[in-house]
Amino acid sequence: VALWYTIKSSEAVTVRDALNQAMDEELERDERVFLMGEEVAQYDGAYKVSRGLWKKYGDKRIIDTPISEMGFAGIAVGSAMAGLRPICEFMTFNFSMQAIDQVINSAAKTYYMSAGLQSVPIVFRGPNGASAGVAAQHSQCFAAWYAHCPGLKVVSPWNSEDARGLLKAAIRDDNPVVFLENELMYGVPFEMSEESNSKDFVIPIGKAKIERQGTHVTLVSHSRYVGHCLDAAAVLAKEGIECEVINLRTIRPMDVDTIEGSVMKTNHLVTVEGGWPQFGVGAEICAKIMEGPAFNYLDAPVTRVTGVDIPMPYAKILEDNSVPQIKDIIFSVKKTLNV
Amino acid sequence: MRSALSFLSNALSRISGSAGAQTVSELLIDLSEYASLMTPSELTEAPPTCAASLVSPAVASQPLAEFNAQVTFDLKPCELYLLETGPAHTTQLTRKEGLQLYQTMQTLRRLELKADQLYKQKVVRGFCHLYDGQEACAAGIEAAISRSDHVITAYRAHGFTYTRGVSLKQIFTELTGRRGGVAKGKGGSMHMYAPHFYGGNGIVGAQVPLGAGIALACQYQGNQQVCVTLYGDGAANQGQVFEAFNMASLWKLPVIFVCENNRYGMGTPVERSAASTSYYTRGHFIPGIRVDGMDVLCVREATRFAADHCRAEKGPILMELQTYRYHGHSMSDPGISYRSREEILEVRSKSDPISLLRERMLSNNMASAEEFKEVDTMIRREVEEAAQFSCSDPEPPLSELCDHIYSNEPPMEVRGTHPWSKLRSIS
Repeated sequence: VALWYTIKSSEAVTVRDALNQAMDEELERDERVFLMGEEVAQYDGAYKVSRGLWKKYGDKRIIDTPISEMGFAGIAVGSAMAGLRPICEFMTFNFSMQAIDQVINSAAKTYYMSAGLQSVPIVFRGPNGASAGVAAQHSQCFAAWYAHCPGLKVVSPWNSEDARGLLKAAIRDDNPVVFLENELMYGVPFEMSEESNSKDFVIPIGKAKIERQGTHVTLVSHSRYVGHCLDAAAVLAKEGIECEVINLRTIRPMDVDTIEGSVMKTNHLVTVEGGWPQFGVGAEICAKIMEGPAFNYLDAPVTRVTGVDIPMPYAKILEDNSVPQIKDIIFSVKKTLNV
Repeated sequence: MRSALSFLSNALSRISGSAGAQTVSELLIDLSEYASLMTPSELTEAPPTCAASLVSPAVASQPLAEFNAQVTFDLKPCELYLLETGPAHTTQLTRKEGLQLYQTMQTLRRLELKADQLYKQKVVRGFCHLYDGQEACAAGIEAAISRSDHVITAYRAHGFTYTRGVSLKQIFTELTGRRGGVAKGKGGSMHMYAPHFYGGNGIVGAQVPLGAGIALACQYQGNQQVCVTLYGDGAANQGQVFEAFNMASLWKLPVIFVCENNRYGMGTPVERSAASTSYYTRGHFIPGIRVDGMDVLCVREATRFAADHCRAEKGPILMELQTYRYHGHSMSDPGISYRSREEILEVRSKSDPISLLRERMLSNNMASAEEFKEVDTMIRREVEEAAQFSCSDPEPPLSELCDHIYSNEPPMEVRGTHPWSKLRSIS
């Protein structure tokens, strides 16, 4: 039975533990599921997301790989073609660039090229986007890159409930799913709904969630910045501005209907993301809104709040000013509302 | 012109004993075969009479008892790397096996020649990488494994597509991009699939880790199956190949890595692209065998050895097949700017895999020239029929344009070229 409101259970669960439990349950449920990646087994995971899994499931199901992204991503894809259901971890998605050919050309396109003869049930997961002080080569957001490609599903959870339900859904999905986590969120605890306790709790891929109802402006975001939007909304509420905050949950296929429905109610739209502005998630939302019925309901152009269009710097003051802050969201909302 | 060609074709078929050429390209091939293979003694033979009906190779005009049912052949020993012993030095070939191998290779040959013709007629588009010359590789490997084993290769894939069970009709119709194609026209030459055959892969070298992954699945599932993972001399220099070698070795995956060394990576001869052209040693810690890829019996025996190695859980093994392609890299490449016509003709005359097998069987009285001719005629007919079908089959319906994006998914909308074009995609 679906509940419209979440019942708070007694203990909060961190995003890390939610991911861990989701994988544990899916490994138990289906023998074909296995995890491979660097340090996932004996090290318990570079970010401890796979803690305890190797001890429980052993070498066959939890596989440490050498530092060979292109090779092991290809091996994971091949194993999916031959009947297994791999979870391929990239230590961060920055390293997935080395393997991107396997993700796109071997995984994403194969079902189409084979006219349905060959499916590729695989999950590519790992931390995506900015971290803290790891500089340019370790901070890129890949949501836009992967979401560009037909044949892939791209999922971006924000909180623990998202992480649990979406990862279970991704593992059960018969298609290649890129699962973008966020390292800064791993340690953040969230209360979980009663319903999420079930071992069969899945959040449908392709459906956004309205985290906060509002009437004046729609804020659309994904991953960590959903939290920033909610924080901004709390501040704005004190000034009488009620924001509707939408958590995309899935980047591709994007739930445009939920965004359009909200915009037709609020007449204003602000997108918030950590990635770069050009050709990004916000850019796509703008285009989609313009092509649909919601355009005529806009009282102002859509505003995009994004990462700064630069490689990520190292120094804290520079890094802090390279990604959207809550004050940027507040400022953008007010500009959009012309207040 | 046409009558002159028919005259030449008929003359050649009377002299050489093979069924008449259908096209200019076939005629040129027959001419070169004639020029290279005929010896004075053969020229004085009376031309064989044509069979009244097209019969299957099992029914011969000579009584079966007159043929040798089985012959043992000596094989050229393989060069070995990190191995104490290698494939057997002799092999037994039964008459039935021999005729089957011949039929397979001849079908592959005619399939590729017909593809060439269709490409020149512009009914096949894009890339078309032909396998003629390399028939012994596909036929020999297939003869040593079973359908429950797995095969993955690169883009020169028509040979394995056929040996893995896709019909000529489905192959040609995929090439011509019609709805009856094995991939419904969505894939084309480089993307054909069958059970336990994973294509057809366009990105050079990407299929090698995929193949190791398929082998991982075999090991994981404990099913004793192996994965034959093919790549060319060009792909042998890809980094991901070495990543796959490392992991396959570490985890003892049941993968037979096969380097089909046809001496040229597109237009670049091996000496100009590889610091070491001993491809069978480039697995470093992986045992290797170098095999005469023009001798189908060598390939078969070597593959048996390799498969046994993998099934005994000894880990991966590497087989380099020294082979040759008659065509250029693809139909866009005439194939003569980086190699000489003399070289091509020399390989044709001395090492053609189909001729080698036929001559072996003829000189060991395993079959008659007539039988081979009957097989040839039957194959030409099959290929012609399949090609005709492929030219007349309708194109895929536009309503299916967006199908097969996702597997096991309810129907969804896909954006067309503009916002008012809302297309439907079903799984």
